[in-house]
Amino acid sequence: MTEKTHLQDQNGPYFGEYGGRFVPESLIAALDQLEETYAKAKADPTFALELDELNKTYVGRPSIITEVPKFAALAGDIRVFLKREDLNHTGSHKINNVIGQALLAKRMGKKRIIAETGAGQHGVASATAAALFGLECVVYMGEVDTQRQALNVARMKLLGAEVVPVTTGSRTLKDAINEALRDWVANVDDTHYLLGTVAGPHPFPTIVRDFHSVIGREARQQMLDDYGFLPDVVTACVGGGSNAIGLFHSFLDDEEVALWGFEAAGEGMDTMRHAATLSKGKVGVLHGAKSYMLQDEDGQTIESHSISAGLDYPGVGPEHSWLKDLNRAQYFGISDDEAMQALKALSQTEGIIPAIETAHALAGVIKYGSTLAPGSTVLLNLSGRGDKDMETVGKYFGFLE
Amino acid sequence: MSKTEELLNTLELEGKPALIGYFPAGYPTVADSVEACVAMCESGIDILELGVPYSDPVMDGLVIQVATEQALTNGFKLSMFFDLLKQITSRVATPVLVMSYWNPIMQYGVERFAKDLKAAGGAGLITPDLIPDEAADWIRYSDELELDRVFMATPSSSQARLDQVARLSRGFIYAVSTMGITGAREDLDAKARGVVSGVKSTKTDVPVCVGIGISTAEQVTEVNSYADGAIVGSIFIKAYRDGGIEELKRTVKQLKGGN
Ligand SMILES: Cc1ncc(COP(=O)(O)O)c(C=O)c1O
Repeated sequence: MTEKTHLQDQNGPYFGEYGGRFVPESLIAALDQLEETYAKAKADPTFALELDELNKTYVGRPSIITEVPKFAALAGDIRVFLKREDLNHTGSHKINNVIGQALLAKRMGKKRIIAETGAGQHGVASATAAALFGLECVVYMGEVDTQRQALNVARMKLLGAEVVPVTTGSRTLKDAINEALRDWVANVDDTHYLLGTVAGPHPFPTIVRDFHSVIGREARQQMLDDYGFLPDVVTACVGGGSNAIGLFHSFLDDEEVALWGFEAAGEGMDTMRHAATLSKGKVGVLHGAKSYMLQDEDGQTIESHSISAGLDYPGVGPEHSWLKDLNRAQYFGISDDEAMQALKALSQTEGIIPAIETAHALAGVIKYGSTLAPGSTVLLNLSGRGDKDMETVGKYFGFLE
Repeated sequence: MSKTEELLNTLELEGKPALIGYFPAGYPTVADSVEACVAMCESGIDILELGVPYSDPVMDGLVIQVATEQALTNGFKLSMFFDLLKQITSRVATPVLVMSYWNPIMQYGVERFAKDLKAAGGAGLITPDLIPDEAADWIRYSDELELDRVFMATPSSSQARLDQVARLSRGFIYAVSTMGITGAREDLDAKARGVVSGVKSTKTDVPVCVGIGISTAEQVTEVNSYADGAIVGSIFIKAYRDGGIEELKRTVKQLKGGN
């Protein structure tokens, strides 16, 4: 029981040795303001009501659970349940966090939000919230990602956001975060940085987790109510780690439930071209928090590689680093090809097209499902839908030339 | 007392402006950066701020980003850094403060970095993404080795945080002139005066220098009228980039001679 309250109640600034605030002094006042605003909002029942109402009438929560027996058969004698975050408005889990933070931005009187995006899902969700709440919105996106997720760039622009392609460094998510941080340092008075994952300086990892924890709260109750048991394994893909922590959080203290996170192994765990931060990284400081990260011996960040823009990030949220060290969660790498085959498999066996990010978790279940006892049950966060990826998918499988 | 503080106090007493100049180690190559830094010192900067190139410099504008990226592309490694520093400190008496993001130091080892810095004749460290709250190790080793420890004070810092920065800094306190990242700006923010007076109101003996956005001799003079020194970076890199070492020297002299 002592451990029971312990894991779920960790609220930063540190998760074990991880987390903190490794940022320029210029941002401290804004982080303090955010922390205070959030604490007040949490204590204010009208905030919860407002958020619940938006989740119900705008996002489309609660999201359903779908059992996928034909897909499960590919993984052995197990049952697989999908938590359908792909059915949320805008098509992924990202909207949960965005609605919450946009409400906080309003409470802080900030008129402008900025966001980074990799896959474009967080950018689209942010642009959506900006349209809904009448905020100005600028989205930083690595130039490489603006190309591989062009559909989402168009969506953001249509929603009225400005999309700024970032041309420095690896021109992916890492550099988009750098650029967003620079913007925030310069415009912190009227701007809220709507960070899209559970990384970054305190209080972001806690706030983003809390807004996504609705995923696990709903799913845990749905499993109990609809099926009468808790799953043996709870699993998700891990980029920065937001959809994973959102699902994991409610299960942290269910010791009998295993937690599996799947990172992008890109071209392979034994190559230099992957994004398997927890499996292959070392502890360091990136984007304001201490956590595992991909780096060389000088502490220079190593560029990550993944076919999935949303997982193509050399860092990870501090709470995952802590869960890894505690051995509470296990993290594994899934290659580009394994993910693409799983994406196709779910589409063809169940008629559900997942995002490439999400497909890493699906591939993980296919790969490791056979290690489970017959009859075991797996709950998987179907974090997003695959529409945005049709260009990549079409080329990969030769549907498009 | 810290040599850096002594120097800034002396200049203050003599009514002379202080100019602190930034240059990245390894830009464009290790050997070139040594020559550039020595030239800056010989042309009149009072304190050298030697940057450690880093892959993710969130406090820096495009000019410094591009320069440090080039240094890394050209093969700069931390293992070359202390030798590079020693080459500078053995040729000039100017105090050299190292400016580094935290992760390279963390990976090198805080104690080891502090010792090697001391041994190479470095005066101390400026840490743009290490706030005093996270700096326990660095505070300990910089005390042990009597190294300068420069924290930042900004327009958004609360008075309580300014007190903390004043109490824990040594050498000087880096007052950020405006909300923003490095890069030359046309007019210096009035906010700079506010930060300096906020820091001075703590009755600290540590000098306060102003940086971010300073690019002209007039600004250097203006800043020195209410603070203890002006910190200049991007404009020197631009000068070197566009006109080589001669243009760099000329720019230093021009900014220094603006009194
Ligand atoms: C559908 C989907 N799943 C997962 C991710 C990865 O992010 P995180 O690890 O924060 O959930 C993204 C990011 O863009 C995404 O769009």
